[in-house]
Amino acid sequence: MHIELEKRARVSTLFSILSPLLALALTLVFGLVMFWLLGKSPLGALYSFFVEPLLEVWSLHELAVKAAPLILIAVGLAICYRSNNWNIGAEGQFTIGAITGSILPVMNPEWHSPLILPLMLLMGMAGGAFYAAIPALLKTRFNTNEILTSLMLVYIAQLYLDWLTRGPWRDPQGYNFPQTKSFQIEAVLPEVLSSGRAHWGFIFALVAAVALWFMMRFMLKGFQVSVLGQSERAGRFAGFSARRMVWFSMLLSGALAGLAGISEVSGSIGHLQPSISPGYGFTAIIVAFLGRLNPLGIVASGLVLALTYLGGEAAQLSIGISDKVSRVFQGLLLFFVLSCDTLIHYKIRLVLAGATTGEARR
Amino acid sequence: MKKLIIALAASAALLGGFSTGAQAQEKKKVCFIYVGSRTDGGWTQAHDLGRQQLDKALGAKVETPFLENVPEGPDAERAIERMARSGCSLVFTTSFGFMDATVKVAAKFPDVKFEHATGFKAAPNLATYNSRFYEGRYIQGQIAAKMSKKGVAGYIASFPIPEVVMGINAFELGAKSVNPNFKLKVVWANTWFDPGKEADAAKALIDQGVDILTQHTDTTAPMQVAAERGILAFGQASDMIAAGPKTQLTAIVDTWGAYYIKRTQALLDGTWKSEQIWDGLKDGILTMAPYTNMPDDVKAMAEETEAKIKSGELHPFTGPINKQDGSAWLKAGEKADDGTLLGMNFYVEGVDDKLPK
Repeated sequence: MHIELEKRARVSTLFSILSPLLALALTLVFGLVMFWLLGKSPLGALYSFFVEPLLEVWSLHELAVKAAPLILIAVGLAICYRSNNWNIGAEGQFTIGAITGSILPVMNPEWHSPLILPLMLLMGMAGGAFYAAIPALLKTRFNTNEILTSLMLVYIAQLYLDWLTRGPWRDPQGYNFPQTKSFQIEAVLPEVLSSGRAHWGFIFALVAAVALWFMMRFMLKGFQVSVLGQSERAGRFAGFSARRMVWFSMLLSGALAGLAGISEVSGSIGHLQPSISPGYGFTAIIVAFLGRLNPLGIVASGLVLALTYLGGEAAQLSIGISDKVSRVFQGLLLFFVLSCDTLIHYKIRLVLAGATTGEARR
Repeated sequence: MKKLIIALAASAALLGGFSTGAQAQEKKKVCFIYVGSRTDGGWTQAHDLGRQQLDKALGAKVETPFLENVPEGPDAERAIERMARSGCSLVFTTSFGFMDATVKVAAKFPDVKFEHATGFKAAPNLATYNSRFYEGRYIQGQIAAKMSKKGVAGYIASFPIPEVVMGINAFELGAKSVNPNFKLKVVWANTWFDPGKEADAAKALIDQGVDILTQHTDTTAPMQVAAERGILAFGQASDMIAAGPKTQLTAIVDTWGAYYIKRTQALLDGTWKSEQIWDGLKDGILTMAPYTNMPDDVKAMAEETEAKIKSGELHPFTGPINKQDGSAWLKAGEKADDGTLLGMNFYVEGVDDKLPK
């Protein structure tokens, strides 16, 4: 006897919409049980995990700070994935964007001009796009697998940043700590409101999400993305170039990851250091899929993932659960979202020995 | 499904109750923020033991919430601010890399007191505290020179900040007081807390031929590697004897508990002041783990040195001392002042490494 996943003939629209909510509900139920087993007040724990971070203004700002890079990267990745190009290396494009964007403040710490910030953002985007161009070139010229090339480039980018901040770019007055000089005030991405730390990176994320949603919904380019993603052959009949689409989607997602990188460094860190990301580029892949590869859905899923992160910290402080429990909780959430999605498209069948399988019957 | 959820929610509510309300009694909150896991077996565990001692001593009057595994950088600033906002009266930030974040948050919350471990930036509501780890490292250096057959020890270092450079120099000076030709190899792990990297550094050093290992990183991984390879090693921050019962010679054990109790008591009495505290072996802020896996004469020497340092008879940084390039640093009998030590940016003669610049 074994278990088999059988594709459903019809996918329920209702459940497709409900799936993320259902997953959230299941996570809450399992979370309750988990906290209860730990001997903590279950509802109190859930409260501090999901509600407490939303009650205070400063905390909402922190939510935006955390969500900004996730959303910016994920909307770019969504276009990539919809067009059947699998850019896994956003973390590397984020890192290179942060480095190229930081060239001006690191090399010219005395340059106090309002021009510096826009130039930094543009250079960050250019850096990210350039770094994504490498797997794009390899794919279009040599037909290499972009999943592998883009992923491997991540490690090169991280080690390059590591080398820069420990070596040539290290602050000579920094007591040998591996980081660059703090950026001059003109090179710091300002806060949006005076009430907290949320910087313009979050606004960039929202603008990018709306713009890409508009593109996918109303523009020919969006239609090209969908058609080529679903069937390259059909796209060719319509006169769309798959090769050009590789370039478009990789450069777009690279540029957005680069923008996220320089926004994070300039807006919330204030200098370059060996580690600038807790894995935003990889978490954004999950955000993209949770948001159903829809730019507006990604805004919501980015906020949810940022919330679980902040919530873990709040719960650690107010009810004293270990930070490892909060990671288990984040894992639960992802597990249920993915399994709900799977069960919408497939049903589980117990196959008894000798019985005909779904394949055979068809 | 719906019924199940309602049933589960209801039973959970019955079992747990909704308890985010106010505490029965107004306790002061003394909060701790850790860079690693509080079960790391090293640096963070030592701080957490101190916190637990504080809890035991003054638990009737204070609560001691903490956050662990907080990365240095923007996340640290948020975590510290969260503590200040959650009603902490006194916040201990226990890693060098939390310095700038602590300064920023302290400026925002003038009514909350902060204490930053091992840093050098202070404010009216921000004190710093540190331990003269170098005293213990000098003793370790002496033991290493006695126990090493090859006359070369390996040192797993974290970041080339003055604190760490000072420790390397103290170890070498201790070793040279026994064996003038003693050499010290250094590997920079560039992390405080990363068992994988620390173990790799340990293996690299052993492959280069060292037969004694010491570390300025936070986990027991190097001790475990030393045990596997059958060489001797020193523990760091916590007594690591469990990781190497036949390996550990001694360990510098950070005993922060008394300090945390003293400062919290000052807070309760209203006498807390911002100070820059740098205590040593004699104050009990660090202690040496039992001297094990060594002959009695080595043990006697170590105990004698320890007693001399406590009494003030011996200062590890007493001249004549040359810098690594052979130029003179301290004249015979001259002692290094604290300011020079806290900004130490050069090696002494005998360290076989180039300081990352």
